[in-house]
Amino acid sequence: MNEAAINNLITQFADDALIIAHRNSEWTGLGPLLEEDIAFSSIAQDKLGHAQALYNILHTNFGGPSPDAGAFTRDESQFRCCHLVELPIGDYAFSLMRHFLYDAAEWVRYEALESSTFVPLAQLARKIKGEIKYHLFHAKTWVVQLGAQGNEESHARMQSALNETFALALGMFEPSEFDGELAAAGIYPGEQQVQQRWLELIAPVIEQATLQLPSVEEIDRSASYGGRKGYHTEHLQPMLNEMTEVYRIDPTAEW
Amino acid sequence: MYGNLSIVDTPVGQQPADDPELLAAFEARIDRGEKIEPHDWMPAEYRRQLIRMIEQHAHSEIIGALPEGTWITRAPGFKRKMALMAKVQDEVGHAQLLYSAAETLGKPREAMIDDLLNGKSKYSNVFNYPAVTWADTAVIAWLIDAGAIINQHTNAKGSYGPYCRALDRICIEESFHLKYGYDNVVTLATGTPTQRAMLQEALNRWWRPIMHFHGPPDKASQHTEKLVRWKVKMATNDEMRQEFLESYVPKIWDLGLTVPDPNLRKNSETGQWEFSDPDWDEFKRVINGNGPCNAERLAVRRMAEEQGRWVRQALRKPNHAYVAPLS
Repeated sequence: MNEAAINNLITQFADDALIIAHRNSEWTGLGPLLEEDIAFSSIAQDKLGHAQALYNILHTNFGGPSPDAGAFTRDESQFRCCHLVELPIGDYAFSLMRHFLYDAAEWVRYEALESSTFVPLAQLARKIKGEIKYHLFHAKTWVVQLGAQGNEESHARMQSALNETFALALGMFEPSEFDGELAAAGIYPGEQQVQQRWLELIAPVIEQATLQLPSVEEIDRSASYGGRKGYHTEHLQPMLNEMTEVYRIDPTAEW
Repeated sequence: MYGNLSIVDTPVGQQPADDPELLAAFEARIDRGEKIEPHDWMPAEYRRQLIRMIEQHAHSEIIGALPEGTWITRAPGFKRKMALMAKVQDEVGHAQLLYSAAETLGKPREAMIDDLLNGKSKYSNVFNYPAVTWADTAVIAWLIDAGAIINQHTNAKGSYGPYCRALDRICIEESFHLKYGYDNVVTLATGTPTQRAMLQEALNRWWRPIMHFHGPPDKASQHTEKLVRWKVKMATNDEMRQEFLESYVPKIWDLGLTVPDPNLRKNSETGQWEFSDPDWDEFKRVINGNGPCNAERLAVRRMAEEQGRWVRQALRKPNHAYVAPLS
């Protein structure tokens, strides 16, 4: 059983989902229009559910901590999320482009995981994929709308958001020492392959949105790597401090 | 969530008099219990008061999302985080429903939001108080939402169709909020001494705003008999406050909590709850913009509107004219 490898893999996805859920939920009450407030909140609730279900797999299969303890008591060095999800919500263009790039990656990941030989993950992937479909549909609609069918300002804002988020997004695919082992065991195809499929998925949408996709080869990825090894941006720990503020009053109490 | 505002303001002068025959037919329909729909004839004053009331209700929902919304990022544990997200999302959804209902009367959503930001239009006073601790969110979700349900159930029996239908749906969601709030309160009340103390302090902080929630006493409030006849105003402020006290004070006491009013008791002869004067001067001060959070709430809303303007502009089609929704 490839326990360490699976643990590492699931912790990465669960941490990504938890942190993006938290960030997306910060739009509640502040969206550019009420309908987007509501949409970002729904997506955030789904992601939070994904994180909980993933932590739960570790809890029930490998005796990991309960989802609450796992999410609310670790410090940043124990998190394995990528830098993309850590950044504050910024302006709507930033949050929207992050949502698009992130959900496209989740789509590819969960599609691959549907046939994972690690059955609990394959079962969950089938369920989660049905939700990601709508997240991605939402993101694509808005990216194309604001990129190609809006005005000069919205186009410029979306291009600048893409430039800002694309390099960070490559950090989602930071290679792991377990990639070979996971691929050999049929658990997960590995980040290199997932990144390639992700690029194929996003390129036509970016083109439809009349935006320019930065060239992968010209990007220095070292700046967006590190999250999977526990090295994070300056934004993560303050976010965790806020998230756990009440829980830490008494971690043994029922809340 | 919505507290009953003093919904009557002084009528704008020079309104054309309503055609007496149309007015009589309109009032006869209301007497028969029929609903008035957007394209039906209605008196100008009926339209004006309804826009004002529904708009204020909608504003209360989006402003009401703010004090609780700030706790989404701090909610302790998955269950609470998920529930609070969903609850506050519901409140924003209520605003969306209510702005649509008000739009059927001819005022566009953007004009309503402009009036919120320039202070012409009010929202429920209760949201001008801060949610200081996690326990405040529990008290808000239980007792403020309970007060709102009483008000909304009452208004759902009113005469304007689109508003009544929106309220029916809102009440179903609010009753879940109440369950969520009560569950949260019970967890704190039966938890550690620290949790219990947090809860009692929050209740002490919120009691006065709760007593203000249904609006000033009837003797001080200026409803017109006409609004009652037109089923715009469905119950008096005092009636709703009594209903709230009757339902919730015993539940508060059951949890071993105290209410910070030594004079609160039920008079067994009159069947009415008696209580200390909750300082109606403070209510007036806060509703006139001088509460602890008035400036902050509007500043946050203004920032959201300004930062989102480019998105709304990018959605505009130059050839599309504004069309009020049907219902």
